[in-house]
Amino acid sequence: MKSDTKSIEDIKAIRKIMEESSRFLSLSGLSGIFAGVTAIAGALVAYFFILDNGSIHYDEYFRNLSAEETFSLRLQLIAVAAAVLVLSVLFSLWFSIKKAQRDGKNLWTPVSKRLLINLLIPLCTGGVFIIALLLQNNIQLIVPCFLIFYGLALVNAGKFTFGEIFYLGILEIITGLVSAFVPGWGMIFWIFGFGILHIIYGLAMYRKYEA
Amino acid sequence: MKDLISNINKVFESRVRLGIMSVLMVNETYDFNSLKETLDLTDGNLASHLKALEEKGMIKVNKQFIGRKPNTSYSATETGFTEFRQHLKALENLINEQ
Repeated sequence: MKSDTKSIEDIKAIRKIMEESSRFLSLSGLSGIFAGVTAIAGALVAYFFILDNGSIHYDEYFRNLSAEETFSLRLQLIAVAAAVLVLSVLFSLWFSIKKAQRDGKNLWTPVSKRLLINLLIPLCTGGVFIIALLLQNNIQLIVPCFLIFYGLALVNAGKFTFGEIFYLGILEIITGLVSAFVPGWGMIFWIFGFGILHIIYGLAMYRKYEA
Repeated sequence: MKDLISNINKVFESRVRLGIMSVLMVNETYDFNSLKETLDLTDGNLASHLKALEEKGMIKVNKQFIGRKPNTSYSATETGFTEFRQHLKALENLINEQ
């Protein structure tokens, strides 16, 4: 009987070590919520201040404008997107540091390195590809590309953190693909993919693992 | 009963060795310092168990330099994988039997 409880404890310890050494568990649901709010705020800033309360549409007229005429507009939109990205990354890093500290864990481990590499390869590929689209004034496909490459990055990174990240990635990919077929609704898809999906995911994760 | 425990491997009897093998089952390689942190052990304790596992052919050691710093990492051998799986199975059987 004594060896029995020892075996049970051994197996429990083995499971825990396998889980903790192969998955990055310091990711906080709060990061998701914050990223979602930032993305929606970014979209609203773009809508009200850059697109002049939505009076600038990607329509026939816009398509016939030359690259120079839309240059400042593209630059401003990309600046907002970049600000959203930087803020989201900084805050998710901060929340992760906090969570790791609270759990007494190290943030920089072999798993977190692998997670980062697997996340960054599709993400950087997407980033460079989007720059190419921008330079060619191919604005219509930018939001779909953001969503698709981000989704691929999450699917790729899902093996190294909470399994839910994988499904979030799949949803982002689907949102991106749908948006590629529905031109002119980029803003709405952006708000849904980066805003609403992130907030729902963040809330669910927070309640499941942290609350 | 003899059958049940015949697969319990003496090499894995200690908690530390169970820990090391668990990490190496799910990670291709793991370096010394990360193992130390993950398992919360002292240098000497970890090193002696690693040495024992290496001598039994359960793990292999890769030494290399990252810049000027020596970096030692470990991975499970084919034997290590099979034997540890058998050991786990035996542990589970032992529990289920009672």
